[in-house]
Amino acid sequence: MIGPLVLGIETSCDETGAGLVRGHELLADAVASSVDEHARFGGVVPEVASRAHLEAMTPSVDRALAQAGVTLADVDAIAVTAGPGLAGALLVGVAAAKAYALTLGKPLYGVNHLAAHVAVDQLEHGPLPAPVIALLVSGGHSSLLLVPDVAGEVISLGSTVDDAAGEAYDKVARVLGLPFPGGPPIDQAARSGDPAAIAFPRGKYHDGSLDFSFAGLKTAVARWVEERAARGEPVPVADVAASFQEAVADVLTRKAVAACRQHGVDHLVIGGGVAANSRLRALAGERCAAAGIRLRVPRPGLCTDNGAMVAALGSELASRGLPGSPLDLPADSSLPVTEVVVR
Amino acid sequence: MLLLAFDTSTPAVTVALHDGQRVLAETVTVDARRHGELLAPSIAKVIADAGAEPGDLTAIVTGVGPGPYTGLRVGVVTARVFGRTLGVPVYGVCTLDVLARAAGPAAAGREFLAVTDARRKELYWARYDGPGSRIAGPAVGRPADIPDGAVLPVAGQAVALYPDELGEPIWREHPSAAVLAELAAERLSVPGTGVGEPAADLGAPGTGHVLLPPEPLYLRRPDARVPGPPKRVTSP
Repeated sequence: MIGPLVLGIETSCDETGAGLVRGHELLADAVASSVDEHARFGGVVPEVASRAHLEAMTPSVDRALAQAGVTLADVDAIAVTAGPGLAGALLVGVAAAKAYALTLGKPLYGVNHLAAHVAVDQLEHGPLPAPVIALLVSGGHSSLLLVPDVAGEVISLGSTVDDAAGEAYDKVARVLGLPFPGGPPIDQAARSGDPAAIAFPRGKYHDGSLDFSFAGLKTAVARWVEERAARGEPVPVADVAASFQEAVADVLTRKAVAACRQHGVDHLVIGGGVAANSRLRALAGERCAAAGIRLRVPRPGLCTDNGAMVAALGSELASRGLPGSPLDLPADSSLPVTEVVVR
Repeated sequence: MLLLAFDTSTPAVTVALHDGQRVLAETVTVDARRHGELLAPSIAKVIADAGAEPGDLTAIVTGVGPGPYTGLRVGVVTARVFGRTLGVPVYGVCTLDVLARAAGPAAAGREFLAVTDARRKELYWARYDGPGSRIAGPAVGRPADIPDGAVLPVAGQAVALYPDELGEPIWREHPSAAVLAELAAERLSVPGTGVGEPAADLGAPGTGHVLLPPEPLYLRRPDARVPGPPKRVTSP
């Protein structure tokens, strides 16, 4: 196999990820999650996540090296998520990546987390056509991007004006008495529910923009459940979950298809933790097929945060011999999506 | 011996290189918000200034606080990665011990305190005997709650934050990596704590051991409260 061997490090939220990629080949993907430590708080606690990153950092890299059967001396470049994300969490990965780069004498690439979510699809489905539309949905992000070149040019078409889609899942799960994170239990509960049982609102559905809004939907679900409980009636958890999930998947896929049409693009990539959602995947498949759009969604393990996605983007940069980031690279919690690599 | 020492647990980002006899190079930059940006270039500069390469290093020592967590972790993770890639031992030193060593002569045989800013109207502190051995702490608390805080001589830049609640200032500087390096080099020269035999001097903080594992001394639990039931959106 040819191309530089790239180590990718990801610590933007509650997953400590270390991945190894050469070209478009995934060689290792080691992820340590602190999600269980956050569950009782109903959300990610930044300080808890940062402490966990510190403990998991070098063991995760060591695990990735062992999986790939390589040593640190074989690594040709280091890529790290420089933002966006939780500031204190990002800083652990960025400091670690600098130390690897400095001690190994290899280039450092501080990369954008969102662009990495797009680049990871190349590990599964090969080179990305140019351009693609990317829909990124997670606990921290809901964005539509036009991507002429994942290693060079990413344009923001729209994003959430309030809550991220994954955040709405977490909040609705709490209202329904389901555990954190809310995505998997809502997806599970929805399987036996009727998605048409309750007509929950679709934020910004008809406004012609490519922005999202999920705060109103979340409040509408809470209101519906409280009114039901106030009348002394049981809450049909499966129906509420299915109807909520339908509203989210409907608005996400409608706008993603609209973005493809508006920009004359016939490939859609979906990434981020919410891309693991079964209804989103199914509805996106139906609507893309109907619209003649080719849909690419990585397997769920590559949709959630991981080091392989960072290595995938780093591989793209290193293969082209693009200049790296300086050693004073900052971690930037609000790094704009247009900045693919920080220089 | 070529010992790389650094500390990021106070507003000062400080790095030094020590060859077992003397400090070869040192940098200090005071900027409480840019530890992550400053540390790696400072390390690169110190190593280059001494005409060395990262591969020449034989041991790493980092201040393990106590100190504000975000900056503190930058130093600790950097030390751990250096140890891992270079295959050299990594040690931690309580940052207050570094202040105490610098301030020791000024204490002139008296017991004294070393303090750093813990924010939220609190200080990290430890108490030292006349010869400079730690006899209490490290701990965190309000200045008024430090035992004998108002009467003991005090070392550390943070003394300036609470002039009315603390005793006589005897040292007003941030900790320095040069002093950290001297302290560690001295310890490592003692038989049984040499490079390659890291375990002998490593103990829990407060046990009198100077060389510690590279673990942050957080002293506080993360700020997080288990939430109550979801907030109502309708009126009851």
